[in-house]
Amino acid sequence: MATTTATLPSITKPLAQELNPSLVTGNLSYHEVTDQVCEIVEGKVHRNWYIGFAISFTIFLMMVGMLGYQLFTGVGVWGNNAPVAWAWDITNFVFWIGIGHAGTLISAVLFLFRQKWRTSINRAAEAMTLFAVACAAIYPVMHTGRPWRTYWLFPVPNLDLNMWQNFRSPLMWDVFAISTYGSVSAVFWYMGLIPDLATLRDRAAVAGDKTRALLYGIFSLGWRFSARHWTNYEKMYLLLAAISTPLVLSVHSIVSFDFATSVIPGWHTTIFPPYFVAGAVFSGFAMVQTLMLVTRWALGLENLITPKHLDNMNKIILATGMIVGYAYATEFFIAWYSANQYERFVFFNRAFGPYWWAYAIMVSCNVLSPQIFWYKPFRTNVMVTFVMSIFVNIGMWFERFVIIASSLHRDFMPSSWGYFKPSYVDICTFIGTFGFFMTLFLLFLRFIPCIALSEVKGAMAAQAHLPGHDPVKGTTPVHAGGHH
Amino acid sequence: MDLIQISPAQNATGKKYWRSLNELSGTPAFSQWVENEFPGGAEILDPNSRRTMLKLMAASFGMAGLVACRRPDEKILPVSKSAEDVIPGKPMFYATAFVNRGVANGIHVEVHDGRPTKVEGNPMHPNSQGAASALAQASVLSVYDPDRARTVHEGANPTNWAAYDKAVAGLVAGFGAGTGLRILSERTSSPTLLSVKAELLKKYPEAKWAEYDSLDGGHAIAGAEMVFGQRLQPVYHFDRADVILSLDDDFMGEDAASVEATKQFSKKRKVSKPGEPMNRLYLVESRFSITGAMADHRMRIKSGEVLQFTSDLAVEVGAKSSLKVLKPGDATQKWLAAVARDLKANAGKCLVTAGPMQSAQVHALAFLINHTLGNIGTTVTFVKPIFEPAQSIQELAKEIGAGSVKTLVILGGNPAYTAPAELNFASAIAKVPASIYLGAEMDETAAAAKWHLPMTHAMEAWGDARSSDGSATIMQPQIAPLYGGRSAIEVAAQLLDGKPKKGYALVQGYWKSVLPAADADRIWRKGIHDGVVPGSTFAEVKATVNAKAIPEVAAAALSGTELVFLSSNLGDGRFANNAWMQEVPEAMTKLTWDNAAHISPAMARELKVETGGMVKITLGSRSIELPALVTPGQAEGSVALQLGYGRKKIGRVGEGIGVNVGELRTSDGWAFASGASVTAVAGSRELAITQEHHSMREPDMPGRKGEMRPVVREGSLEEYKAHPHFAPEVDHAEEMFDLQGVHDYSKGYQWGMAIDLNLCTGCNACLVACNAENNIPVVGQDQIRRGREMHWIRLDRYYTGTEEDPQAVMQPLGCQQCEAAPCENVCPVAATVHSPEGLNDMAYNRCVGTRYCANNCPYKVRRFNYLDWHKHITPVAEMVHNPDVSVRMRGIMEKCTYCVQRIQEKRIAAKVDGRRPIRDGEIVTACQQTCPTDAIVFGNINDPASAVAKAKAEPRDYTLLKEINTKPRTSFLARLRNPNPELKA
Repeated sequence: MATTTATLPSITKPLAQELNPSLVTGNLSYHEVTDQVCEIVEGKVHRNWYIGFAISFTIFLMMVGMLGYQLFTGVGVWGNNAPVAWAWDITNFVFWIGIGHAGTLISAVLFLFRQKWRTSINRAAEAMTLFAVACAAIYPVMHTGRPWRTYWLFPVPNLDLNMWQNFRSPLMWDVFAISTYGSVSAVFWYMGLIPDLATLRDRAAVAGDKTRALLYGIFSLGWRFSARHWTNYEKMYLLLAAISTPLVLSVHSIVSFDFATSVIPGWHTTIFPPYFVAGAVFSGFAMVQTLMLVTRWALGLENLITPKHLDNMNKIILATGMIVGYAYATEFFIAWYSANQYERFVFFNRAFGPYWWAYAIMVSCNVLSPQIFWYKPFRTNVMVTFVMSIFVNIGMWFERFVIIASSLHRDFMPSSWGYFKPSYVDICTFIGTFGFFMTLFLLFLRFIPCIALSEVKGAMAAQAHLPGHDPVKGTTPVHAGGHH
Repeated sequence: MDLIQISPAQNATGKKYWRSLNELSGTPAFSQWVENEFPGGAEILDPNSRRTMLKLMAASFGMAGLVACRRPDEKILPVSKSAEDVIPGKPMFYATAFVNRGVANGIHVEVHDGRPTKVEGNPMHPNSQGAASALAQASVLSVYDPDRARTVHEGANPTNWAAYDKAVAGLVAGFGAGTGLRILSERTSSPTLLSVKAELLKKYPEAKWAEYDSLDGGHAIAGAEMVFGQRLQPVYHFDRADVILSLDDDFMGEDAASVEATKQFSKKRKVSKPGEPMNRLYLVESRFSITGAMADHRMRIKSGEVLQFTSDLAVEVGAKSSLKVLKPGDATQKWLAAVARDLKANAGKCLVTAGPMQSAQVHALAFLINHTLGNIGTTVTFVKPIFEPAQSIQELAKEIGAGSVKTLVILGGNPAYTAPAELNFASAIAKVPASIYLGAEMDETAAAAKWHLPMTHAMEAWGDARSSDGSATIMQPQIAPLYGGRSAIEVAAQLLDGKPKKGYALVQGYWKSVLPAADADRIWRKGIHDGVVPGSTFAEVKATVNAKAIPEVAAAALSGTELVFLSSNLGDGRFANNAWMQEVPEAMTKLTWDNAAHISPAMARELKVETGGMVKITLGSRSIELPALVTPGQAEGSVALQLGYGRKKIGRVGEGIGVNVGELRTSDGWAFASGASVTAVAGSRELAITQEHHSMREPDMPGRKGEMRPVVREGSLEEYKAHPHFAPEVDHAEEMFDLQGVHDYSKGYQWGMAIDLNLCTGCNACLVACNAENNIPVVGQDQIRRGREMHWIRLDRYYTGTEEDPQAVMQPLGCQQCEAAPCENVCPVAATVHSPEGLNDMAYNRCVGTRYCANNCPYKVRRFNYLDWHKHITPVAEMVHNPDVSVRMRGIMEKCTYCVQRIQEKRIAAKVDGRRPIRDGEIVTACQQTCPTDAIVFGNINDPASAVAKAKAEPRDYTLLKEINTKPRTSFLARLRNPNPELKA
């Protein structure tokens, strides 16, 4: 891991640091790491945070207003119609669910594969997962005609109609998949938080802030940094990682069943589960990049989120981007190879029909643009990575839109073909979900250590054993993953 | 607060009912009204009196279950299939007539607790034979039109009937010999009204009775007068004709007696077994009509050239010896010659008809041709006309201009809007010292006349009318007048002595006076009950032909662009405030809530306009601007314009919808006019069209030519004989297995439907019947533009062939009731599930509205309540709802149920009847009931003797999208055409 690329010119100080492939730079001690991360929570709130929060919260309020208007008026305030009965609603739902995937992948799968570089980003990525699931969850509830009845989708006893749900419906599977995903992710995230919350508690106690000490004390569940606690924690963490790992595959597979089990050409495809999972990881990593690069800049975490992280994540983006591209190609090939008239038409219509522009955006953002990551200097460049992450986010949103709207708008009966145009409520609600997401994310940054202290320290310890690195300064107990 | 206080205000400010859903909700008065604890029906019905309301409330306590009844006072007789006595909750059916341009269409009106809710065809009526048109179906909604005139107006001031009675008594006292008294009526066949007319003209010999109909100039009768020397009414017998040539006659579409014609036509169109014969239809027309879509061969020429065509045809068949006027050797001549040969080969069993907008000369020539071919007496007979001669509106306008009219009584028809433009009839009315207008709406004529009297709806008053062959129907009221109106008969009779008259006494008095005295009472009762007066059909008149009386036709070249004025979904405009008719897609173009200039694709290219682009049409000194609608099959150089739109005063639904093309229509160019110019102008309008893609062929794309989709399957009669299974053979024969197991549908009743595409004309009657039966909401222009129409059955129209000279096919598509329904397994809450009888049931209460079912429906027949479509329905308009069908709230899915409420009704009836099995044909769906072609067959497919099982056993039966294994219960019988081999190439 620890190779150097000293030939590249150093332009600015952060960039020079980025070119150092270490996972933690700046030769920090464990204590300095703790200080740097806890400072964000404990210190004076930065002006930028207030500005960001004000903007995000305003946008969030707009979403609340839009949803309220919709709740009292009807789904008709959106642009959905017949034949396009799902449009931006389900597009946004799949988009947000997909975004969450990177969090689980980073925290669980990469943990199991002992990918140490995950440590400085996993906390935020997991938080992102939770918040993305929260954003996504808005849509399945609010897209229904009668949101006040959506509890009927849960197998809870109700006196209205004593009947079971329809377990044949992929939407039912969605309910279980997403609620499982949401709850497991939340537990996993909270588990990982406990030692760090305890650190905050202890630091608050030392500083004499009793309220903070009490609150963090409650949430750290009596953590005492004892070896026994660490042992149990490690085992539990490993178990939860193992439980979460299949969810990375299952959730988006099941979301893809919403489409794959239908009869609609362009939806009715066996390729969807792996295609959706790859797309989800792709979009999730892009979103992690977007968020982390902003956080890194805003909070000065250049030493903890380094070019090595960008490099690794961009490699995953490149790989999953190509899987997605391969899926696009396969769809076309199979449409042609199937000799099925409807199937052929729907794919031609995607590329050349009224929604050709959406398809063009999708392909250029998802397949063409990530190709620049074959070149390492691009992979490690902050600005390039940031711009690319935005591209991928846009491209993946359009992928869902293309799948949903372009398949629906011209299906079997030519008499019923139509076109979907979003209403302003569609647009404002979607923008509003970003406000919701950012509000939650900013609250997270403010109140919870955004970098997993114990895990980073473990990575530092591992790094310290590598040639060319100084041993870590200080004596704070280390999360010693990998040592036993 | 009551609604009355809002409504006139809305009349005044011209609120549009549906154009924006937020409009009405904004009025605080309305919100307050909605919150009002008591619906206050009494207040709505009587604007004047709080005391009346209290009385009615007291009565309602006293009469408990009978509060909603508004049964007329006089004795009216239900048909026997209903309960003998009133059973609350059970509907009653009353026979009466829907009068379209003076022609009676026999109907039954379904009445729930005193409220008419639904029109059905009257099977006992010799002409309608159980079918009803779209307009007849929609007429029930007009009863509850919230913008109907509610009170007598003198000028702009509301007053009451007593004031009118006083005023008219004064007028009558001064009539003397009737000098200056003119009565302008709609064209009427009402025997009672005509007897009142005779009495009036007897009492006031100087008075004159004028008639005007905007859509029928009486050219057929005039043509008969030309060739036979006497006024005669042609009665066509399409069921006796093997070959039919229609000369610009949309006899299955816009004709007043279209139901009758369609019914007859379909009898010769029905082919059960391969090798059976079928009629052949030729048609000459300028615009693509639904009759044109049924035609085996269609020739598009300007409407103005039909005269020349007819003249040449007369020469060709040997009816005339003069020279031909069309250019020899062109395609039209070749076509004409082939048609003439076919007609001659079928002499005596062929028929040539001419459209009502064609001139008397065309009609005369057509009669002559029929005479030469020996068709008179077989496929066409003549009877005494059901209409009487009357003064024309032009002569009346001239007299008004000359100042010789002192009193003008207008009996309906809204001439201020419909009269030829050059007459400026609205200002003419204003010139008359005393003008009285009897009209149902606060319309343009009401604004011009001194007195405006609210007219009763046909379902509110006693009346009578005749069908084309003379058969008379006594029209009985089903509901007491909602707003205390009077009928034309009552208002006309009041002119005799100035005293108000009762319609019942007048109608009964007339009939008792003409029926044989000994049997009068029985015949009267039977006539009311059956919906047709026994023995009232006119006897056939034999007449001699005088060919020389028809003027020679000159070869006149038509200059400029031709404008053709057509009827529309709104009739002559009288249905403009009827939201159902506004929302019915126009049969060929699928345009709703608007009219447009129908132009050919070539003209569109020339003008560089697309559908929706504005064009300016100039004729002489008059011009209008309206959106273009590129219409395949439209004759070159001819623009079709639909009347009835652009109403300035009518009510919240129809005001400001479309453009009044009548502004270009003068007496000279009343049916069609040459010499117009069309130019593209800036601007465009998004037309609310329900079908955007017009072909079964996919659009071409780079690298791929669009393929045909086997949606409507069509073959020739010959092909059917040679390959009977041509239609189902399109599908792959392999059987597919079901992943989720197969339910056993082999036992009990299994409901299914078969639709014969060879019969369906696309007339929209089923669509409106479904509207009424299933309480289908109206969504309005804006929502149709967004693709949210709610019709449970839609009529898909596909063009085939070339863009210039296409053929068209129609396909009624409701829920296909798939046995393996894709909608069912995707619903997370099991709101749509299968019944053991094979119905795809919707549990509205369970639906949460995920819309997944609609996405997964390959037929796209599911309809979603995106908004609360019932939000602005007034309590009076709510009375039209069928109580057997729940009204769906916003946020839930709905779709065709095969009229499950009718199935249940008959199931209960059979059970009550001693647990007997339900008989075949006992359950009739609303679409099936009204279909003038009997294209729709419904029943138990498990019973091999049932009509539906037999239809499904026909070789041309196929299901849509068989390859996705949905196993629909609705199947289609392939379309057939019977082309002339000579014209095939």
